[in-house]
Amino acid sequence: MTWHKGRGFAAINYPIGMNLGGDPSQALVHSTPDGKFMVTLSAIDLGQGMKSVTRQIAAETLGVPIEDVYVDTADSDTGPHDMGSFASRGTHRMGNAVIAAAQEARGVMLEAAAEELEVSASDLETDGKGNIHVKGAPSRSITVMDTALAAQFEQGRTLSGRGIFLVPMSDVDPETGEQTPVSCFAHAAVVLDLQVDDETGDVEVLEVNSAYEVGRALNPKMVEQQLVGGAWMGISHALYETTEPYYPDRKHGPTDFNQYLMPGPGQVVPHHLAILERPAEGAPFGGKGPGEMCANPLLPAVANAVYNAVGVRCDSLPITPEKILRGMQANGGARPQGMNWGA
Amino acid sequence: MSSVEFRKDLFADERPENLNEIGLPKQRQDALGHVTGRSPYYDDNLYDGLLHMRMVRSSEYHARIRSISLNGADMMPGVVRVIQAADVPHNINTLLSLIGFGRDDEALLQDKKVSYRGEAILAIIAETELQARKACQAVRVDYEALPHVLDVEEALKPQAPVVNEEYPNNTFDYYDRYDHQKLRFGDPHAAMARADHIVEGEYQMSPIEQAPMETCGAIAVPETNDRILCHTCSQALFFSLGTTAKLLDTPSSRLHFKGGTVGGGFGGKVDSLNEPMAVLGAKLTGRPVKFTWDREEEMQVGAPRGAERWRIRDGVMNDGRIIAREFTGFFDSGAYTRLSSYAVVKGTAHLPGPYTIPNVASNVYCVFTNRTPATAMRGFGITGVDFAIECHMDKVAETVRMNPIELRLLNAYRDGDMKPHRRVAKNTAYIECCQVAAGKADWAIAPEYSAMSSLRDGGGERASIPLTMIDEEGRIGERKRGANIDTAPSKITKDSGRAPSVIPILEATQAMGEQAAGRPQVGKATSPAPQPSAPPAPAPAMAPSQTPSPTSAVPAAPQRSAFARLQASEPAAPSQSRPVEPQPSTPTPPSESEQPYRPSEPFSRGVKRPGASPFISGRRR
Repeated sequence: MTWHKGRGFAAINYPIGMNLGGDPSQALVHSTPDGKFMVTLSAIDLGQGMKSVTRQIAAETLGVPIEDVYVDTADSDTGPHDMGSFASRGTHRMGNAVIAAAQEARGVMLEAAAEELEVSASDLETDGKGNIHVKGAPSRSITVMDTALAAQFEQGRTLSGRGIFLVPMSDVDPETGEQTPVSCFAHAAVVLDLQVDDETGDVEVLEVNSAYEVGRALNPKMVEQQLVGGAWMGISHALYETTEPYYPDRKHGPTDFNQYLMPGPGQVVPHHLAILERPAEGAPFGGKGPGEMCANPLLPAVANAVYNAVGVRCDSLPITPEKILRGMQANGGARPQGMNWGA
Repeated sequence: MSSVEFRKDLFADERPENLNEIGLPKQRQDALGHVTGRSPYYDDNLYDGLLHMRMVRSSEYHARIRSISLNGADMMPGVVRVIQAADVPHNINTLLSLIGFGRDDEALLQDKKVSYRGEAILAIIAETELQARKACQAVRVDYEALPHVLDVEEALKPQAPVVNEEYPNNTFDYYDRYDHQKLRFGDPHAAMARADHIVEGEYQMSPIEQAPMETCGAIAVPETNDRILCHTCSQALFFSLGTTAKLLDTPSSRLHFKGGTVGGGFGGKVDSLNEPMAVLGAKLTGRPVKFTWDREEEMQVGAPRGAERWRIRDGVMNDGRIIAREFTGFFDSGAYTRLSSYAVVKGTAHLPGPYTIPNVASNVYCVFTNRTPATAMRGFGITGVDFAIECHMDKVAETVRMNPIELRLLNAYRDGDMKPHRRVAKNTAYIECCQVAAGKADWAIAPEYSAMSSLRDGGGERASIPLTMIDEEGRIGERKRGANIDTAPSKITKDSGRAPSVIPILEATQAMGEQAAGRPQVGKATSPAPQPSAPPAPAPAMAPSQTPSPTSAVPAAPQRSAFARLQASEPAAPSQSRPVEPQPSTPTPPSESEQPYRPSEPFSRGVKRPGASPFISGRRR
């Protein structure tokens, strides 16, 4: 048996936000008497970090430390309407709703502080550490906690805000497909190295080098987790996963994880990421939402690398050892393509 | 080992770095709960007297149900209630009716015809899951097997069995007119004729399971005030709530949904099949009911990412420029629509990928087959076609003997370029991603390609909308009536004797602008030239009543949206779309005459039963 090395490239763009709009999200923000803030949503945290990203967005907008913000989701009795966590809309839509709600709450907070400091609210700014002070005069300050206490017990104000974000629903032209589909595009490119065993058809992915453009990495650690995990999923789609191995035949469908193949933790591939940030207009702090798009380029990159390694074009997924062996058989053996593209 | 670098040098002048919390690697709010196993999921809600629901499912791909015999299942130990189709108050729905897209086509429980293996026929609620499973095994369903179709292109043939009665042509109806979604930009056919190379390929993705660790499920609990509490792992809380309210003909204010922390979704937790059944079970029994899929259901009955078949045909010049690209795409929706109709529109807007190609056309079909309905999954509508496009780019590179990255950069879209869906690209960064990835992997590209930028050399001529060929091929029902039409974008040229219609660019754009602004459209500029063309022989001509009027564009009355318009048509008479009231975006609350809720048994939560632990209500820790 011989292992043949191969290298493949693929690059994509990805539409962010629900296609054609019509998908509102709402958020509510209110303070506790001691100046902490609750963000109340009915958005769903699937593990992608919805709670954390909205918490950071609320803290940034309010101008308070993240430790002073807590996100409560999801209860339909308290959280206002949201379409849901899908279509790369969570960060974009709910993020914008949270910004709107937090801006309104911040406005009231500054008015309450202005009354206490006997200045104009427009002269105040937050230091992001829990204090509000007069611009250019940090000594004339009040804590957010004292502001909240005064608002609640002396001024009779609620430090609260409401936010909604809605991209209105738009049309599609039936004849030309003209439409206003999405809010912005994320981008990705990957170079993938693998090797193929010409006796068994087995594929081992060796390394991934990638560049992902995400608008702004609102939380760099969560972006990294999404991208590494998403790439793993993309490789898994390319090489292993299907509920119908002989599609369109329905037979041989897996019914559990003994039959439904996925790479294990030991097969997580070394992945060298570069993250690019070109903030998108209208997106919360420019962030585009990396979660959905990150698997996509891996599938064609694997296919292109397999061709580079043994000369078999697998145009149907998943790229199983059976398909590779049949392809090599049809070609009269492995046909390495020779171009190593720097590998 | 892996590594991460942030290329802060790129686009630095577009990115102010003056933020306190955004951009910092803050620990997740729920991280400690997750890693210590303390985060509460829906299934951690424990109730005294919790009942369990299991489904009797179709063993057939496609069959009429002659009869259903409980065969004593309802009398078996522990069985509390059998739920049949007649027990579902409003037993027909389509998921996107919540935004007015498509017609109701799927029942929660089927008692007349099953259209895929695993389709739910009836539910049994018992004291334990095992008792419910045993009772389900006792039920006997007498089927009259019908011919079935599993391949998307077989399903388009006139003789194919009808999978979904609501869509008798086995395709979703687009805009009351076509059996597919069209994209038309320029004249690919003419451009192909002058191209140096034609590169063709076909790509197939088979269904993929979302494979969350936590399978889909819900626990419904009767509350006071005639309300039902539902703990759910839905990805879309109000989507599931609205769907439940509609199917159960219940005011949404009677439903209290809780969730928010979900053990992975990836698109597989939008379909909202568990919530209505659990809530119905709680209503009918007056007790808490859990309906959770096991892994086999999750994998074979739970909707997967649907299969997609794509054909791409490129016209390429010797220097690597792609001057024309055609797509023919088939989304395998399975037996019902769910969300595939939407994915087709989303996928169409994505074409031709991140490239500026002056002539693009596509026909994309949402096809019904006798398999498990497909639904959303990470990258929905995009993943399959991205696989096709990027495999195809390598074939093009090989054809013209170019470095694959240089070929992509040569054709890359940039700021200011017109996309085929007729909106200008902005905020692009495709070129930079290619350059950075190539650099990290030491994949050499020529200096002129390293020097390219998304910010430069776009727009101008690349921002123009070309004269566009349009056609009327693929009217709803044409194929079923035997018309021999290619599924690929039309190849009709002047030579064929059928003069092509040309869209006046400016008027077309203005018309869309008015449409977007909600103004009524009178005499749309994009309407095809008034010359009804006979279908190619030997296909029978369309009945006159079904012949679309060529001048009838979209309905003249103000419409809320194309989605609302879709709602209206009867499939048999697709032309002459008439103005229709859009469906309400939320289910209509039932009238006062709604049957008051009567549990079949007295409410028993909290009642002491022999042998039952008094401590099992509450939350698992």
